[in-house]
Amino acid sequence: MSAFEAAAGRDDGWRDRQPMAAHAAHGQVSKRIIVGYGFWIFLLSDIVMFSAFFASYAVLVGQTAGGPSGRELFDLRNTAIQTACLLLSSFACGLASIGAQTRRGSWFYGAMAATFVLGAAFVGLEAREFAGLVARGAGPTRSAFLSAFFTLVGCHGLHVTAGLLWLLTMMAQVFAKGYRADILRRMLCFSLFWHTLDIIWVALFTVVYLMGAGQ
Amino acid sequence: MSHYEQESDAPYADTAPGDDHFDEDETAEGVGSYLVGLGLATLLTIVSFFISGTTLVWGPSIPVALAVLAIAQMGVHLVFFLHITTSPDNVNNVMALAFGVLIVFLLIAGSLWIMAHLNHNMMPMDQIMQMQR
Repeated sequence: MSAFEAAAGRDDGWRDRQPMAAHAAHGQVSKRIIVGYGFWIFLLSDIVMFSAFFASYAVLVGQTAGGPSGRELFDLRNTAIQTACLLLSSFACGLASIGAQTRRGSWFYGAMAATFVLGAAFVGLEAREFAGLVARGAGPTRSAFLSAFFTLVGCHGLHVTAGLLWLLTMMAQVFAKGYRADILRRMLCFSLFWHTLDIIWVALFTVVYLMGAGQ
Repeated sequence: MSHYEQESDAPYADTAPGDDHFDEDETAEGVGSYLVGLGLATLLTIVSFFISGTTLVWGPSIPVALAVLAIAQMGVHLVFFLHITTSPDNVNNVMALAFGVLIVFLLIAGSLWIMAHLNHNMMPMDQIMQMQR
């Protein structure tokens, strides 16, 4: 960072107000920052992967091969409930990370349990929607549009499912090992992951469901 | 490596994404930040769902409005849930995010652009079928 600042010639006293000298002198950055930053890079690459699925969905959204379009298939009431579940789950996850950092057990476990229940409700609603579509003959093999739809939404659902397993692992690790620095770093990564899934869902319900149902 | 590293309380020039430094007595502040985020996100979501089905606005403007609302909500999530802010200690996180956004934009806009031109330049499918006979 300092090299960049020097190259950009931005030495306007900005650095003097920053306590950078404290760790620059020792050449050390807190491991929590390095882990969080690395995981942030991973999440951005995950977002890039999702953007490829979004691109293929956007290209294929009109290719219904004579089959049903999103307008006939999507139930916005279901989507609204899913959105509420995931948003509240994200909020509960934020409370859980505060509970972990302040080492308050009942707060942490309660918020994590709420996160899990809401996330599981989201996955359950999505599974029910998928089963309903397949039962109506609108499975992923029906048309290019439906293939892209199931890939995009299913990939997000798989991420949420994996996040639920990670959530249970975090609760077990905090229970077994306590609020150790390494456990708290994993908790930081988990909360980043969970919030990022909610960001992807915002793009998903807008592009797939709201724009699809309005066409 | 020891599992019991000391995490010094000294202020650092960088912040991990998702971290909002607070002590025991600032818990209310942390919860308040998440509450503000929840409120704003809920509001934007409700507006999105309302606008998608309304006939009050000019039809073709609805997708644009939806896109703007979604981007605004992503910003709310980034600031209040992921704590990616514009403060100097967050520069590295923001730079990584900017690069990610650039790649996402290139991927999506590039794909749509190329595929639209392909569609435009391709012979209609029934004519291709006739040529194959």
